[in-house]
Amino acid sequence: MALDSKVPQGPIKDKWTDYKNHIDLVNPANKRNIDVIVVGTGLAGGSACATLAELGYNVKAFAYQDSPRRAHSIAAQGGINAAKNYQGDGDSTYRLFYDTVKGGDYRSREANVYRLAEVSANIIDQCVAQGVPFARDYGGLLDNRSFGGVLVSRTFYAKGQTGQQLLLGAYSAMNRQIARGKIEMFNRHEMLDVVIVDGKARGIIARNLITGEIERHSAHAVVIGSGGYGNVYFLSTNAMGSNATAAWKIHKKGAYFANPCYTQIHPTCIPRSGDYQSKLTLMSESLRNDGRIWVPKNMEDVLAIREGKKKPTDLSEDERDYYLERRYPAFGNLVPRDVASRAAKERCDAGYGVNATGEAVYLDFASAITRYGTEQAKIQNITNPSDAKIYELGQKIVEAKYGNLFQMYEKIVDQNPYETPMMIYPAVHYTMGGVWVDYNLMTTIPGCYCIGEANFSDHGANRLGASALMQGLADGYFVLPYTIGDYLADDIRTGKISTDLPEFEAAEKEVTDRIDFFINNNGTKSVDYFHKKLGKVMWDKVGMSRNETGLKEAMAEIKAIREEFWKDVKVPGSKDEMNPELEKAGRVADFLELGELFAKDALMRAESCGGHFREESAEEDGPQKGEAKRDDENFAYVAAWEYKGEPADAVLHKEELEFNDIELKQRSYK
Amino acid sequence: MNLTLKIWRQKDTSSKGQMVDYKVTEISEHMSFLEMMDVLNEQLVNSGEEPVAFDHDCREGICGMCSMYINGEAHGPDRGITTCQLHMRMFNDGDTITIEPFRAAAFPVIKDLVVDRTSFDRIQHAGGYISVNTSGNTQDANAIPISKHAADEAMDAATCIGCGACVATCKNSSAMLFVGAKVSQYALLPQGQVEAADRVQNMVAQMDLEGFGNCTNTGACEVECPKGISLDNIARMNRELMKASI
Repeated sequence: MALDSKVPQGPIKDKWTDYKNHIDLVNPANKRNIDVIVVGTGLAGGSACATLAELGYNVKAFAYQDSPRRAHSIAAQGGINAAKNYQGDGDSTYRLFYDTVKGGDYRSREANVYRLAEVSANIIDQCVAQGVPFARDYGGLLDNRSFGGVLVSRTFYAKGQTGQQLLLGAYSAMNRQIARGKIEMFNRHEMLDVVIVDGKARGIIARNLITGEIERHSAHAVVIGSGGYGNVYFLSTNAMGSNATAAWKIHKKGAYFANPCYTQIHPTCIPRSGDYQSKLTLMSESLRNDGRIWVPKNMEDVLAIREGKKKPTDLSEDERDYYLERRYPAFGNLVPRDVASRAAKERCDAGYGVNATGEAVYLDFASAITRYGTEQAKIQNITNPSDAKIYELGQKIVEAKYGNLFQMYEKIVDQNPYETPMMIYPAVHYTMGGVWVDYNLMTTIPGCYCIGEANFSDHGANRLGASALMQGLADGYFVLPYTIGDYLADDIRTGKISTDLPEFEAAEKEVTDRIDFFINNNGTKSVDYFHKKLGKVMWDKVGMSRNETGLKEAMAEIKAIREEFWKDVKVPGSKDEMNPELEKAGRVADFLELGELFAKDALMRAESCGGHFREESAEEDGPQKGEAKRDDENFAYVAAWEYKGEPADAVLHKEELEFNDIELKQRSYK
Repeated sequence: MNLTLKIWRQKDTSSKGQMVDYKVTEISEHMSFLEMMDVLNEQLVNSGEEPVAFDHDCREGICGMCSMYINGEAHGPDRGITTCQLHMRMFNDGDTITIEPFRAAAFPVIKDLVVDRTSFDRIQHAGGYISVNTSGNTQDANAIPISKHAADEAMDAATCIGCGACVATCKNSSAMLFVGAKVSQYALLPQGQVEAADRVQNMVAQMDLEGFGNCTNTGACEVECPKGISLDNIARMNRELMKASI
């Protein structure tokens, strides 16, 4: 099947408006006869549920957690971008569009990104109206901060808990519709397959995670908003339950999976401390507004610090290497995430890592505390303030901005980051790749949509900070409600879809068979054993830098782990009860397939772009020496994979990317 | 360190539960409490026993899913944290740790340490929102200035993660801190004024219906709240309720 992105004709700034003016609408009386299933209740799924229900559709929403409020969007910290230009610093829709395409290393679809930038301002209006308590300045107007990869301040925030506040906003909009009966909420349910009738997505098979009951649910369209697949690495900043199962199931039933190798390794996470570690914790990118990243210049100091003979605060300015400021003077500590992560890896690989594992760099707030303290002393008319006074005043400001993050750090690491610099190291955080969708956010299965992090569309090969929240809410509140209506307009006479159809029976049998297999397998190794093994291969060979040999090995190794898993996995308990091990088994089984496709995609893409760094493709000389080298001639396309059984047999379909409004250039942050 | 764990095991809502003893060895002080539970569960799986079911997800203190009652305290001995942020350095070698589910009539046990907190959701359905459609055709976000003080206070209230530690800690199993926080967030913002009276009345009515107890101003909830939600919010809710009834 040829990929048709269905991008409307016309100038980029008119596409979305023209599109909305010409789609088919469903009248309010008919919407009452149409059912929509939404899987996942994070920012994308939750906002879609609320808006679709307000429009009049009957929504059935599914979440594996005990409440929609717990989706992992809640953990997003730093902020949400919007082209409001409240700061008057030159921001505009075009500039947000441009920054996002450039930040994504020219591997995203222009029309989708422009639409995202266009609706971004509406999101802020909407959220304020919902009572989201964004940070404000003393005049009562909304405050902004800066994020990586841009030269304006366009990020709106609510302390270090912006994702939480936005999700609770979407949750409140859902609650209003749940109360009206327009959303039927299925908490503690997991989607285990999609049901396709006459070529269209018409329902799902779900497991009630409390009783173990397998349920059939029908609808006229199915929306997947189940998040990313970062947990394929075992260790990531994702929640423990975050999984790719919903996305992978639709892939196996015909939805193409795009650019799986585009993964974001976030530069500022708390370094790992031991083998028992279950997850990694992010320290918001917003910290790079005020924190300066460094390692010691001299190896003697590195060793002294590791042995505990010296403290980082003992080192003078001259003895420190602020490597981001050194290498990227224009953007400094605010380079995009992929660039910052690779730079940290480069220093640590060279031996300059500052903790016992050699995998940590410093994020230092001392200059910011002094700067804010001096400013406060001035404001408060304190003449000749002592250093201690300045520090005290400055610390208050830093605490007001990032207090919760500093507290989180202290609880985990047992060090006070006001007194000694934080230690950070890159960790898997977000997946730009995902289910392929067209301009309508529809997958290659008619009637099956994919939104938020689960799809591939807006961030190209690298996502800029504070853009995930923007995309999730844009898809759910403002894009999908239009595009899905155009499709559902054909369904006004369809009537209820029966769950007695043979297609439902067949899908249910597939699900039940797999569950029975796990319960009866009686192997010798736990699910986590396999998950950790997979994660290690992914991190070592498909991590921050990749090469042909490593990727080929990874494919073979993952296949071997998968085979061992199916022979030897052990799942205790029964299927008719709450059984977390059984849930994990299903998710890891899917990761074991996805991981191999991931490596295959990375192997095929013999260029470096964004978060995907191929060692064979780096600049060899000149001012950009060592930086990622893109190959636009051969790789300016989206790689969409069609499922054919074994991941190694997946078939590649290319969507060529056209750049009419932005010139393709090497991305420079120097 | 080596530890003895006394853990509440209960097959399902209708079964009778009991405390069961387990031993774990070589626990690092840098582990989180839940990582220690992972070690126990891995041990149980490998020996053919059923692992202990417990709720957890983000493991960074924000989703509100984890919910254990450890040595008689919701989220354990540390302050300002959830169970997933509790670290083993708070314990000593040889300790015996008692681990129970959050207990309240309105939080029935589902299995082992997992409880049903959907009563919190139902209170939110009763009024925890502003009735504005998500069309995006609202006024500009800066059209209504909100004082920094009010915005900050609303944020402090809104930071509640809905974990239920307040209820589990309260001798009356009262949900007033949880409800007070939501009522306060909206009461402090101009956007929340239009429906203020209905909101507080409906949410309080639902809270009572769910079987949560009343507040007797002990203040234990504030102490155990991982997000430090202030008792002021209960006072504000009472004031709002009073205002609404006049």
